[in-house]
Amino acid sequence: MSTVLILVDHVGGVVPPAVGELATFGKRMGDVTAVICSSKSADLIPQLSAFAISKVIVCDGVEFEKFSVGATVQALSAVVTQVNPSAVLISSTARGKEIAGRLAVRSNSGLITDAIDIDANCVATQSVFGGSATVHSTVSHGTPIVTIRSNSIEIEAGSGAPIVEHVAVTFDGSDKATVTSVEPALKGGRPELTEASIVVSGGRGTDGNFAPVEEFADLLGAAVGASRAATDAGWYPHSHQVGQTGKTVSPQLYVACGISGAIQHRAGMQTSKTIVVVNKDPEAPIFEVADFGVVGDLFNVLPQASGALKLD
Amino acid sequence: MKIAVCVKQVPDSWAEKKMGSDGRLDRASADAVLNDLDEYAVEEALKLVEAHSPTNEAGEGSGHSITIISMGPERASEAVRKALSMGADDAIVITDEGLAGSDALATSLVLAAAIKKGAYDVVICGTESTDARMSVVPAMLAERLGYAQLTFAGSVMLEGSAISIARQTEFGVEQMSAPFPVVISVVEKINEPRYPSFKGIMAAKKKVIATKSLADFGISAQSAWSVVKDSAIRPPRGACVKVTDEGDGGNQLVTFLRERRLV
Ligand SMILES: Cc1cc2nc3c(=O)[nH]c(=O)nc-3n(C[C@H](O)[C@H](O)[C@H](O)COP(=O)(O)OP(=O)(O)OC[C@H]3O[C@@H](n4cnc5c(N)ncnc54)[C@H](O)[C@@H]3O)c2cc1C
Ligand SMILES: Nc1ncnc2c1ncn2[C@@H]1O[C@H](COP(=O)(O)O)[C@@H](O)[C@H]1O
Repeated sequence: MSTVLILVDHVGGVVPPAVGELATFGKRMGDVTAVICSSKSADLIPQLSAFAISKVIVCDGVEFEKFSVGATVQALSAVVTQVNPSAVLISSTARGKEIAGRLAVRSNSGLITDAIDIDANCVATQSVFGGSATVHSTVSHGTPIVTIRSNSIEIEAGSGAPIVEHVAVTFDGSDKATVTSVEPALKGGRPELTEASIVVSGGRGTDGNFAPVEEFADLLGAAVGASRAATDAGWYPHSHQVGQTGKTVSPQLYVACGISGAIQHRAGMQTSKTIVVVNKDPEAPIFEVADFGVVGDLFNVLPQASGALKLD
Repeated sequence: MKIAVCVKQVPDSWAEKKMGSDGRLDRASADAVLNDLDEYAVEEALKLVEAHSPTNEAGEGSGHSITIISMGPERASEAVRKALSMGADDAIVITDEGLAGSDALATSLVLAAAIKKGAYDVVICGTESTDARMSVVPAMLAERLGYAQLTFAGSVMLEGSAISIARQTEFGVEQMSAPFPVVISVVEKINEPRYPSFKGIMAAKKKVIATKSLADFGISAQSAWSVVKDSAIRPPRGACVKVTDEGDGGNQLVTFLRERRLV
């Protein structure tokens, strides 16, 4: 059976659920081998038993501690040469896509980014133009390298601890950038935006008061997002911006409150499975992509909705 | 310091997009503009030069140069003209029939050839083209050229012949630096791109845009490493159920979520 490599990219020693999605997709095409490029592999390996992974290849090295894209590319490309997999799957984060892009150049292989599905024959599905069109593509050259958006598939559980193999990596000095400090993104009590199955977002309509948005989000166990109008105004951190120049989210449920639905915002949320809107203006373009909308003031609608949830 | 700024001409993000019979974007159907995220790259190049120019201005007398590089159809020169009117010095447009349907691997191959030939110290890109939305070309350029990768920069500083940036991604913020030559990509929060002045627009008319083909760089056409099998406009969502809040909107919202088993 052919081998599919998946990259375990992590923050702070915690394997993100997105890795489970890579494993689930990978298993459709072959046996899944996870690659860890980290100095913290001892923390990471046990977490991988939760997923459908049969083997783990560990590249140890302090070089990886600095989050350098170049170091990970060197290690991963050495593993690709050794294993000759039928495909390499990586999460569609900014960093994941850069690693995938450089790996594609190094191995003279085709690259598909932001896939939302991939079948047993490695045909990838992408959603383009802000979710208004669907494209199926395949790689025609080399080893298919595909990055996959989180929240694309239900994770299949693992059936035991994978075999572990350690590989020594020699660095070729091609990574000329020096990382002088690393400040990991703050993790609040809420789920990570791109991983959450529910996202509640606020826009200019909140007028700077996110309290009703946060209360509703917390009752749903949701992450909180924001439009650029809200992040530009300093009402919410930029790391919570949803849209073209923010994050792309694809949750089961997206609730847009006081957001008009500019094309740049829609580009980041339009593939959400169900979209619910609260907006004063019945003509707001966000209603065009919604499944359910309340025309009304979010300061009345959200507290009432939160109240209804609290009765549960 | 020799700076190259890579800019792409893209269909207007506000325009409706159509797919051609080959499953790729029908570019003729939409207005073409300078990728708005690349305006931040042009602006950052101008700011770097202005901060290190004896005249406080870019252009002749600054001791530095800014060349705009773009790969695309012939009319890509319209977008390039806008970058020139902001204040860049000259431009190279690479256009070739063999490049139709290029993917990021092909684009980076061609851009890297042009950059190598010009021996630039600093290459500045946007973080993403609003049509392809891959965010991979800058990293691929670093890989192909063997230049240091300083991407997703939220700030850029020049000290002697080294650049430091604050890299901003979903993982957090990293301070990084590297000596020339470097490939930088800038996030859209980094600056506020200037509007071309009347003087700038007039001056741009006289600036040189060199049109090059693949043969000029001794490379042959390989347009893509991946193929589109088919594409379809996504069926519109079922009509939105719209209710007007008459004192019961919040309850109706929760009822909808319950019916859909979302709570
Ligand atoms: C290069 C570029 C990149 C961009 N990237 C992004 C991006 O990543 N993400 C993004 O979001 N935007 C992005 N934008 C900005 C985008 O074009 C819009 O300006 C922005 O999304 C508007 O935010 P908004 O919907 O919150 O504000 P507005 O458009 O002002 O809409 C506010 C809405 O709130 C409603 N409202 C007001 N008060 C209430 C109330 N009390 N109750 C209920 N509803 C109320 C109004 O009816 C209105 O529809 C980008 C723009 C550019 C040029
Ligand atoms: N055809 C092109 N010509 C010049 N620069 C490009 C081209 N395509 C992409 N770029 C640069 O690479 C950046 C990222 O693009 P992309 O990887 O396509 O999302 C853009 O913001 C541009 O700076």
